[in-house]
Amino acid sequence: MAKVKGDIIVDIEKCKGCELCVVACPQGAIALSDNINKKGYHYMIKIKDNCTGCENCALVCPDAVITVYRKSGKKKEKIATISNVQNNMTMEVN
Amino acid sequence: MDEKDLKLNETEFLNEDICVAEYLVYKKPETLIDIDLHYCPGCGHGVVHRLLMEVIEEMNIVDKVIGVAPVGCSVFAYNYMDIDMQEAAHGRATAVATGIKRVLPDKLVFTYQGDGDLAAIGTAETIHACNRGENFLIVFINNAVYGMTSGQMAPTTLPGMVTTTTPFGRDTSITGFPLKISELVAQLPGVCYVTRTSVHTAGNVRRTKKAIQKAFEYQMQNKGTCLIEVLSNCPSNWKMTPLESNKFIEEEMIPFYPLGDIKVPKEEK
Amino acid sequence: MGEVRLMKGNEALAEAAIRAGCDAYFGYPITPQSEVLEYLSREAPQRTGMVVLQAESEIASINMIYGAAGAGKRAMTTSSSPGISLMQEGLSYIAAAELPCLLANINRGGPGLGTIQPAQSDYFQSVKGGGHGDYKLIVLAPSSVQEMADFVRLGFDLADKYRNPVMILSDGAIGQMMEKVELFEQQPKGGTFPKPWATTGKTKDRQRNIITSLHIDPKEMENINLRLQEKYHAIEENEVRYEVMKIDDAEFILTAYGLAARICQKVVELAREKNYKVGLIRPITLFPFPKKLFAEIVPRIKGILDVELNAGQMVEDVKLSVEGKVRVEFYGRMGGIIPTPEEILEHFEKIFIKGE
Ligand SMILES: Cc1ncc(C[n+]2csc(CCOP(=O)(O)OP(=O)(O)O)c2C)c(N)n1
Ligand code: SF4
Ligand code: SF4
Ligand code: SF4
Ligand SMILES: [Mg+2]
Repeated sequence: MAKVKGDIIVDIEKCKGCELCVVACPQGAIALSDNINKKGYHYMIKIKDNCTGCENCALVCPDAVITVYRKSGKKKEKIATISNVQNNMTMEVN
Repeated sequence: MDEKDLKLNETEFLNEDICVAEYLVYKKPETLIDIDLHYCPGCGHGVVHRLLMEVIEEMNIVDKVIGVAPVGCSVFAYNYMDIDMQEAAHGRATAVATGIKRVLPDKLVFTYQGDGDLAAIGTAETIHACNRGENFLIVFINNAVYGMTSGQMAPTTLPGMVTTTTPFGRDTSITGFPLKISELVAQLPGVCYVTRTSVHTAGNVRRTKKAIQKAFEYQMQNKGTCLIEVLSNCPSNWKMTPLESNKFIEEEMIPFYPLGDIKVPKEEK
Repeated sequence: MGEVRLMKGNEALAEAAIRAGCDAYFGYPITPQSEVLEYLSREAPQRTGMVVLQAESEIASINMIYGAAGAGKRAMTTSSSPGISLMQEGLSYIAAAELPCLLANINRGGPGLGTIQPAQSDYFQSVKGGGHGDYKLIVLAPSSVQEMADFVRLGFDLADKYRNPVMILSDGAIGQMMEKVELFEQQPKGGTFPKPWATTGKTKDRQRNIITSLHIDPKEMENINLRLQEKYHAIEENEVRYEVMKIDDAEFILTAYGLAARICQKVVELAREKNYKVGLIRPITLFPFPKKLFAEIVPRIKGILDVELNAGQMVEDVKLSVEGKVRVEFYGRMGGIIPTPEEILEHFEKIFIKGE
């Protein structure tokens, strides 16, 4: 198994199956499911375990349903929000 | 929201060692209220709403911001933004914002308007607010169509583009040419920052967010009017899938409405 | 006693706006009321820090009022008939969003561009709701320069009390005439009514505030309408204002508001000299209309002559109030022509004395 650095969690019930995240993912890690959610949309799922946590999918998602995690210590522009919502997390800023 | 409430992925790949608070890098902002957006699948309005709320949260200015919603698909913008907001009559958002900003000069004010709202029925209010150099931000969603009223021609509709009121394509000899309102207001001395962005790719989403951030900073420095034109899609009325609509932005919209800064404050040139 | 000055009606109104603690004025020039914007531009910013801004149109000014009133401030605009027509959409939004603010219409003759001469032809527009939807303005009709000043303060207070737009319906003659006026003392800026609903930036200790008039759900929309109607009923119960002259023994009632009422005061004197028992009812609030007063007086009188500077507008409210139980006649001039007292008396005699 490749060295995993990132992961995403999708709020599938809010997903509208627009597929914009799918083409935005440089890793080809995600796709639309054959199943549908309560609203009747084919929701997004992970199909490969090669997510790098680049955030692209979350950025283009019009419905803000994706949460992104990344294991590398590299700082991203979202530091401020993270510090607001998490009390005791360690941030590696560089 | 607690991560535990989120529906888990329908996959065996969930990496429990990664999905922990310590490694969280992107989470939707708290100021974006956690209810379903009413927009069509893939609609750019949702992205711009989220970016505004991200910036406002990150800059820690929730208690300073007052937003003005338009009449258009985003008429309910105030349902999703956990900030004080006013809903303006069609086209009058910049007049309403003028009223707010003039009596509360220390607050940060923005309008959020579609092309019909800002560049057709509200053209006079837009130009005069800009000409007075009203010290607020105008977020202008250019989707080249009247979204809410189901797809009539907008002032920004491209030549030849089919809409419900230009069924044979926009004939400029009858309906005139698309109005490049950003280029127009950039000439006014009261305007400090005009830029055109899009939200059809991750990179452009990042640039749009940066622009919003800058505009609020300029407002804090009393620099004058800022206008951010965001090229956005309307898959429903363009009769396209979301993916096709983003391709249309890339291939048809951007060549006509080039992306990038149209005007920046003098010091930065 | 307050400071006494000789002033034009429009200037008295502007001076009163400063003294009533008005925070912001937005307006667009139009005869016969441009003095208000001019006076405020000259006086207000230095004295109280009031915002005074010449807007690009009346559409812009009324929407600036929406913004400023929604931000919890005392906001005001003035105009004359064509400009007030342009404001109707905004007024409907303001009434629906329940924003307190003050407007003055220095009525000129219409329709169309009409004339710059005084008229009362905007009664329907003011009282019946010139914009769309079931809404009401509180409408105050001054008949003197003194009232032009006093009704500004009263208007702001009523607006704040009921969260409703208030209209001062005056005309070019009262706006332009000079009279002695006793001015009230400077009031605190912004008034004293708490406005916890205002959009001032959401602080941690409260929910967000939203100013809107949009309610897609029919049930919700009807409930809002019902609440508005309840408010209008409360206004009708509590805020009726009028002035009467010699009605105790009257057999005939003249009724008129504003400028027409000033002329009718003279008519009452002339009529009394001829031993006709004539009295005068001058509605001061056009909404709420003094319905009860008319209803009460019906059994004691033989007829009512309604005098207006229009084709007959308030007369409809008079007729509704008396419910056909007494004869109601109308006399009016239009286009900026002001009838003389003698002319009105002659008309009165023709109808009620000679029975023509
Ligand atoms: C005075 C008035 N005229 C017309 C309308 C109907 N109307 C509502 S939204 C709209 C156009 C909206 O288009 P745009 O501003 O481009 O916003 P979009 O829906 O595309 O985001 C129109 C014409 C209205 N609400 N008010
Ligand atoms: S974070 Fe990046 S790599 Fe991971 S799924 Fe999203 S787009 Fe693909
Ligand atoms: S972009 Fe968002 S809404 Fe669209 S398919 Fe992906 S997760 Fe679902
Ligand atoms: S109609 Fe167009 S602009 Fe409106 S929500 Fe749908 S896609 Fe978006
Ligand atoms: Mg549009």
